[in-house]
Amino acid sequence: MTDTVKMSSRVREHKWFTPWLLVAPATLWLCVFNLYPALNTVYMAFTNKKPLGGGEFVGLANFARMLDDDQLLYALTNSVLYMLVCVPLLTMLPLLLAVLVEKKLPGLTFFRVAFYTPVVASAVVVALIWNWMLDDRGAINAILQALKVVQEPLPFLTDRWLLLFSAISLTVWKGLGYYMIIYLSALGNVGRELHEAAAVDGAGPVRRFWSITVPGVRGTMLLITILITVSSLRVFSELYVMTGGTGGPGGRVSSVVMLIQMYSTGFTGHLGYASALSLLLFVLTLVPMVLLARLNRKDG
Amino acid sequence: MARKEKQRAYAFHRMSAGEVVVRYLLLAVVLVITVLPFVWQLSTSLKGIDENIYTATPRFIPEHPTFANYTKVAEAVPVVDYAMNSIIVAILVVGGNIVGATMAGYALAKLRFRGSRLVMGALLATLILPGEATIIAQYVTVRSLGLTDTLLGVALPGMIGMINVLLMRAAFTAIPDELEMAAKVDGANAWQRLIHVNLPGVRGMLSVISIFAFIGAWDDFLWPLIVLTDPENLTLTVGLQYLSGTFTNNPRLIAAGTMISFVPIVIVFAVLQRYFFRGVEEGAIKG
Repeated sequence: MTDTVKMSSRVREHKWFTPWLLVAPATLWLCVFNLYPALNTVYMAFTNKKPLGGGEFVGLANFARMLDDDQLLYALTNSVLYMLVCVPLLTMLPLLLAVLVEKKLPGLTFFRVAFYTPVVASAVVVALIWNWMLDDRGAINAILQALKVVQEPLPFLTDRWLLLFSAISLTVWKGLGYYMIIYLSALGNVGRELHEAAAVDGAGPVRRFWSITVPGVRGTMLLITILITVSSLRVFSELYVMTGGTGGPGGRVSSVVMLIQMYSTGFTGHLGYASALSLLLFVLTLVPMVLLARLNRKDG
Repeated sequence: MARKEKQRAYAFHRMSAGEVVVRYLLLAVVLVITVLPFVWQLSTSLKGIDENIYTATPRFIPEHPTFANYTKVAEAVPVVDYAMNSIIVAILVVGGNIVGATMAGYALAKLRFRGSRLVMGALLATLILPGEATIIAQYVTVRSLGLTDTLLGVALPGMIGMINVLLMRAAFTAIPDELEMAAKVDGANAWQRLIHVNLPGVRGMLSVISIFAFIGAWDDFLWPLIVLTDPENLTLTVGLQYLSGTFTNNPRLIAAGTMISFVPIVIVFAVLQRYFFRGVEEGAIKG
């Protein structure tokens, strides 16, 4: 520290305003597109602001409205189901994939890129592809009927629960490559020597996976669990596209973000209520993050 | 013989032939699961109007491959305009992030100034905000700037991502301070030090955030869906949703539309994947 102080007295480091010029654009964006909208969301949640007009203070009316909003109940139920399926599948399968593509084999780059393709594709594209495959007359039903597994086509896109699970399976499929990459960068830190020593001692691949790989990436696994939990609450595009923007039969296959979008524009628009839902979303995503912070602290 | 053995051991990290076979088999299975849906969609998009696309056993090779579906889609909806709009938004977002995140990242990593801790704290605080939770207020802001239904309105909020500023700061921090010191002694000012001394050291991170910014802008759906309403002026993702609502009974056309959106991004990624995976290995993605 004293060295640098001496240094700066000898050579002029920079004009006093240079750092501020450098951070000015980012700070502007930080304030206008992050901090201000966050504060404004809290404010609007207590008003009856509509796309056109409104904006009077209404106290807790928007939050009271949530209590008997059936659609919100469906959305939250769907989020819980999303979590129950996605968390176990997306913490384990991508790890297995990462182990598979970790070793250097000829042609591995090709496989890595291919496995990452669903991540690169937009959720809209992927959802439209699944819509076509899961259609009454689509490939999946055709195969199932040809194999005499079912007589009638399964209503993947029109039955409430089948539709939800179709969307969930899409999310899992699209997430495999994403979490695989995160695990891949963590696996680099798991010592190869440990694996070799265990192999010499006669531990098979399964044993080595559970006793060396899994403990080695525990921190990353925890992080990924939280990321998946949060993203289960943030689901939007898959459900929107697979239900054609309607939220499925009776609007029961929707998510909190779909409700927020629904209330953002048009005749149904209610920016105040949408803001209250946004606040709810924020608080819900905060829970897993606080848990992560506590667990990390315990690990020390 | 012994030399060959040694080479093999080196290349495969002492994997047995059996393990190599099992690994390739598993890789092939996962490949089918991840890539087949795209191939199926491509195949559907190339099938002519006379070919039955509802056959019981899926046929991957079209009988008479044709681009007719693509031209038909382009006639029915301004899909070329949509693609141009997506490109414009993506370029604005990538450019904004390269310039804005580099400048701020450098200042926060290498220059000492009053208020830098405050800025850092605020940047970190934004990380816990899910984008969807502020999207309504974001929309109100963009609307009050008079930018609804414009591409600038779509691009603007994402032009400097806070996570990118933090990633660039981390990359600049990793460069040894001695370089800065030496350049200072030589009389280089902050801008010269940023461009000539530090920038070459953060190219890896810069390519990672550029790739992410491009993919993010190209694939984004919720935000352009809220900002854009005029069917003449959509980005590709919103346009595709609109297209699929119009042609529900013709999967060939929807397939052609999805391919128009999918192929460019895959090409971009395939070309740049080397930088992406290198950046990943250097630890660009750590949550």
